[in-house]
Amino acid sequence: MYAIFKKEIQQFFSSLVGYVAIIVFLSLLGLFIWIFPDSNILDSRYASLDYFFDVAPYILCVLIPAVTMRSFAEEINTGTIELLSTRPVTEIQIILGKYFAALLLVLIAIIPTFIYFYTIYQLAAPVGNVDVGGVLGSYFGLIFLGAVFVSIGIFCSAITSNQIVAFIIGVFLCFFLYMSFGYIAQFSVFVGKNDYLVESLGLSSHYDAMGKGVVDSRDVIYFLSVISLFVLFTRTALSSRRW
Amino acid sequence: MSVKVTDLTKIYGAQRAVDGISFEVNKGEVLGFLGPNGAGKSTTMKILTCFVPQSSGSALVCGYDTTTEPLEVTRKIGYLPESNPLYYDMYVKEYLEFMAGLHKLGKITKQRINEMIEVTGLTQERRKKVGQLSKGYKQRVGLAQAMLHNPEVLILDEPTSGLDPNQLVEIRSLIKQLGKDKTVIFSSHIMQEVQAVADRVIIINKGKIVADDSTEKLQSRVGNEIVVTAEFKQVVDLATLKSIKGVKSFDKLKDGKWSFTGEGNKDIREDIFNFAKEKNLTLLHLNKEEYSLEEVFKQLTR
Repeated sequence: MYAIFKKEIQQFFSSLVGYVAIIVFLSLLGLFIWIFPDSNILDSRYASLDYFFDVAPYILCVLIPAVTMRSFAEEINTGTIELLSTRPVTEIQIILGKYFAALLLVLIAIIPTFIYFYTIYQLAAPVGNVDVGGVLGSYFGLIFLGAVFVSIGIFCSAITSNQIVAFIIGVFLCFFLYMSFGYIAQFSVFVGKNDYLVESLGLSSHYDAMGKGVVDSRDVIYFLSVISLFVLFTRTALSSRRW
Repeated sequence: MSVKVTDLTKIYGAQRAVDGISFEVNKGEVLGFLGPNGAGKSTTMKILTCFVPQSSGSALVCGYDTTTEPLEVTRKIGYLPESNPLYYDMYVKEYLEFMAGLHKLGKITKQRINEMIEVTGLTQERRKKVGQLSKGYKQRVGLAQAMLHNPEVLILDEPTSGLDPNQLVEIRSLIKQLGKDKTVIFSSHIMQEVQAVADRVIIINKGKIVADDSTEKLQSRVGNEIVVTAEFKQVVDLATLKSIKGVKSFDKLKDGKWSFTGEGNKDIREDIFNFAKEKNLTLLHLNKEEYSLEEVFKQLTR
């Protein structure tokens, strides 16, 4: 697994994909929270990173599928999947190697945003008058969200040999799982009966819950289950190519 | 027994790509896999390397079953896939290091990589990216990768495709040399290659084995008639030729050129020479046709 992990990381940073993804993520977020007039923190006069955590998931929705779209699609397309599959490694090892490499890339993109947090911490009056618990919870939420998006992106890459198709389906699935259950819960069929249940199927309710500063084991288990589910789907997708 | 295949069948949809084949390969044997395109050579190899599961039957490599013990099988096997897929954006050494990592070679990685680079003649190209190499060199990278972990069984799917004549000779002798202490199964549709390299040939057609024998025995299988072509300086007609003894049939190729088929397996060249001397004819050319594997192949896969 380590060999594949290492190779993926090398590929990210020798092909610009890694740099571009990180730079785009950071510059978009930077623009939103420091520069754009309607959203910047300086004008809002509140020492809060809430807007940052509102926007970040949408950027990840697009960026993560872009990073993961090649992971299996390219191997299938060029036939190198045959090289990997005929080595003494299991399918799960191949998937996890690629999964953790992409996850590491997401972490590397998220970590520099601590600077934003530090800045706000210093700007607050008095210094440090920030909801530290809320911010830390949100960071946990964002990382879990990123981890789920990576598993979705890798799955989409395994079902096709076309990277563009993998990307589009990936963006759709990430977006759907993040956003739509909150809206579906508002259908009159569910309201007042099981709207809470429907809403909690989606990612956003668990992400928001963590944003309140409470890292609930139920949310953690939810995120981990979705990740495992998509890893298993990926394995099924890969083995079904060989039947 | 290095490789043992029993009743192996692979069905793709309605097509039987491999249809109940059985064979065994011993250690130190070089087996040539011959067959027209789509005969099931690659599919058999893909099953042996655990890439594709069979529909029925079993395949054992060094005693391990390809379906239930794929990790053990892949450890014992070195595989060069047909289209030789490679990571084009990696450097030659980087690529081999990655492959060594997958096999967990550990400390001997560096030494093995250097050895393989030398054996396959990649020394000049070792600092280039795989994608920049010419087809022949890419093929060598594929071979280096297959032999890297010193496997007991080498499975090479068309290892010499895309090589120039010099490289062809080198790679063939390399395969032959490897076959001394390893089991090598390679596929090809070049008969001369199989004749030159393999100890044994399996010819498959439409998923079935049509011949499984040593190269010499296969040749003698069809070559039970002796055909001789002779060219005379003068024009000769059939009536005069009839005086040659022991000839079953005469075929006129050109005015002075004839093809003779002997009765039984008697060498009729001597008779033709004596005939020419008697009739004062000048014999320009006299040749006994050798039946090659090509002929065998044509007959068996028709």
